[in-house]
Amino acid sequence: MSAPTGLFTPRPGAAPLHRQVLAQAVMESRLMLRNGEQLLLAVVIPVIVLIGGVEGARHLDLSFSRRPIDVFAPGVLALAVMSTAFTSLAIATGFERRYGVIKRLGSSPLPRSGLLLGKVGALLLVEVMQVVVISLVALSLGWEPHASLPAVLLTIVVGTAAFASLGLLVAGVLRAEATLAAANLVYLLLMAGGAVVLPSTAYGAFGGVTRLLPSGALGDALRRAFWSGSFQWGSLLVLAAWAAIGTALTARTFRWE
Amino acid sequence: MPTSRVSPVAESPAVAVSGLVMRYADKVAVDHLDLTVDRHTITAVLGPNGAGKTTTLETCEGYRRPQQGSVSVLGLDPQRQRRDLLPRIGVMLQDGGAWSGVRAMEMLRHIARLHADPLDVDTLGERLGLGDCGRTPYRRLSGGQQQRLKLAMAVVGRPELVFVDEPTAGMDPAARRTTWELLEEMRGDGVTVVLTTHHMDEAERLADWIHIIDHGQLIASGTPPELTRGGTSTIRLVVTKPFPEGAPGSLQEALGHRLDVRTISEVSLLITGPADSTTLATVSGWCERNGVLPESLHLGQRNLEDVFLELTGRELAGRGPAT
Repeated sequence: MSAPTGLFTPRPGAAPLHRQVLAQAVMESRLMLRNGEQLLLAVVIPVIVLIGGVEGARHLDLSFSRRPIDVFAPGVLALAVMSTAFTSLAIATGFERRYGVIKRLGSSPLPRSGLLLGKVGALLLVEVMQVVVISLVALSLGWEPHASLPAVLLTIVVGTAAFASLGLLVAGVLRAEATLAAANLVYLLLMAGGAVVLPSTAYGAFGGVTRLLPSGALGDALRRAFWSGSFQWGSLLVLAAWAAIGTALTARTFRWE
Repeated sequence: MPTSRVSPVAESPAVAVSGLVMRYADKVAVDHLDLTVDRHTITAVLGPNGAGKTTTLETCEGYRRPQQGSVSVLGLDPQRQRRDLLPRIGVMLQDGGAWSGVRAMEMLRHIARLHADPLDVDTLGERLGLGDCGRTPYRRLSGGQQQRLKLAMAVVGRPELVFVDEPTAGMDPAARRTTWELLEEMRGDGVTVVLTTHHMDEAERLADWIHIIDHGQLIASGTPPELTRGGTSTIRLVVTKPFPEGAPGSLQEALGHRLDVRTISEVSLLITGPADSTTLATVSGWCERNGVLPESLHLGQRNLEDVFLELTGRELAGRGPAT
C-alpha cells in the first residue's frame, strides 16, 4: 500500500527516554526559575539569610565554635536544598495536578518514571545554580571551606531525596492551594526551628529532636562535610530513613490527576 | 521506522469498543457500549452532555480501566500495552493540559521533543494561528487560543490516530473552520480522527461516520446521509396545549402514507417525508379542525438534531462542559 504523503502523514514514535527526561528536566527547571516566588525562595531568601546571619553575628556578638561565615554558609546551602527539593517541588507539582499538566503528559510518550526522573533532573539543575550563587556570595564574605566533594555531593543527593519524597507526599494528597500553604509553612518552621541554618547544638535540649528532623540532619551533615571534609553517617542515615518513609507513603497515596 | 513493528495488527480497526461498562459511584456512565472506528476516517461520537463520550474516549486513551467489556486501539490494549500505544496516538483533552506560566510555542516545542519525528513546530503553529500569541503564557491565552494550542499538541507527534474531545469548544467561527480544515487534511494524509462533539453541524460537516450515544449507549450509527436519510424534509409542530386524543392517527390519515407522523411529546409532533407547501396547508387545516393552536410549525431538512429527537424524544443541544 503506498501511503499518501502530506504534512500529517503518520510517523509516530517516542523520542529516546534520555532525551525525553532531559527535555522534561530543562522545561521544569526553566518554569521554576521563571516564577518570581520560586526564585525568591531558591536564591534571594538564602542569600539574605547568609548576609543577615553573618552581619547579625558580628553586631550581636554571638559566639560560635567557628567563624560565623563558616557556620552560616553550609547551613544556608542546606536551606537552599530544602527550599527547592521540598517547597518548590511540592508547589509546582500541586499546580501541575490542578492544571491537568500531569494528566496531559500521561498520554504523551513520557512514562511516569521519565516524569519523575525529569523532576529530579530539574531539582538538581536548580540546586547547581543555587550552590554556585550562594557559594560565590559566601566566598566574597570570607568563607573558607575545607570540604570533601564526595561528602558534599552525597549529602545533597540524599537530602534532596528525603525532601523531594516529602514534597511529593504533600502535593499528592492536598489540593494545590493547601499544598502551597503547607509547603511554605513547613519551610518557615524548619528554617526557624529545624536546625538547618544553625547547628543542632545551638538548640540546647531541643537539639536532640532537631537532629532527627530532615532539616537538622541535612544541616549537620553539610556542616560536617564543609568543616572537616568527612561524612556525618548518623545524619545521612536519618535522611535516608526520611527518604524511605516519604517514598513509601507517596507511592501509596499519590494521585496523578 | 517505529511503524514497521506494528504490521501484524495493522489491519485491525482503529478503535474497537465492545460491551464497555463504566460506572462512577452509583451512576452508569457507559452502558454496554459497542463501537468501531475504521482507519483513515473522521468519526464523530455525538451525544448530549453526560452521555459518556469523554469517559469512553479516556478509556481508549488508557486513562481508565474498563470495568466490563474491552477496548482495543490500533489493535493494542490501552492498559497493558500503554507504552506501545501512546506514542502512536494524539490526545486533546477537554480539561487542562499546560502549565499556567508556559508560553504557547514553548509548550508545543516541549511536547514535540518527547516524540521521535515530530512535525515542524513553527509550521504547525502558523497553521493554527499561534504565531501571534507564541510568547504569551498559557494562562493569558483566550479560550480559543488554548484550544488551538491543545489541538497542536495532539497532532505534533505525527500520530496515526487522534482523539479530540470537543475540539472547537470556545472557538470563534474562523478558528472552527481552520480546525475543520486541519482535521480533514489529516484524514487525507492517512490519520484517523475520533472527535466528540455535541454540535450537529460539526458532525454533519466533518464526519465520515457518526455514532450517536445517549445515556452511555449507542443509539444510532451511520454516515451522515444514512442517518438523515439524505436530508428528507421534516416538519416540526409544537402546540400550546396537549394534543387531543388520537391526534397522531388522525393527522397521519390527513397526510397520507408517504409521510410519517411521530409523537415527540404531548405538545410536539415530528412529520418526516417528502413534505412541501401543501403539506403545511394540510397540517394547519388539521390544527384548525381539531381546535389545536400551533405555537410553531417548522419546515426544514431532516438533520441530526431531528434524528436525535426521534430516537430519544429530547433535544440534543445542551451546552456547557461535558462529564
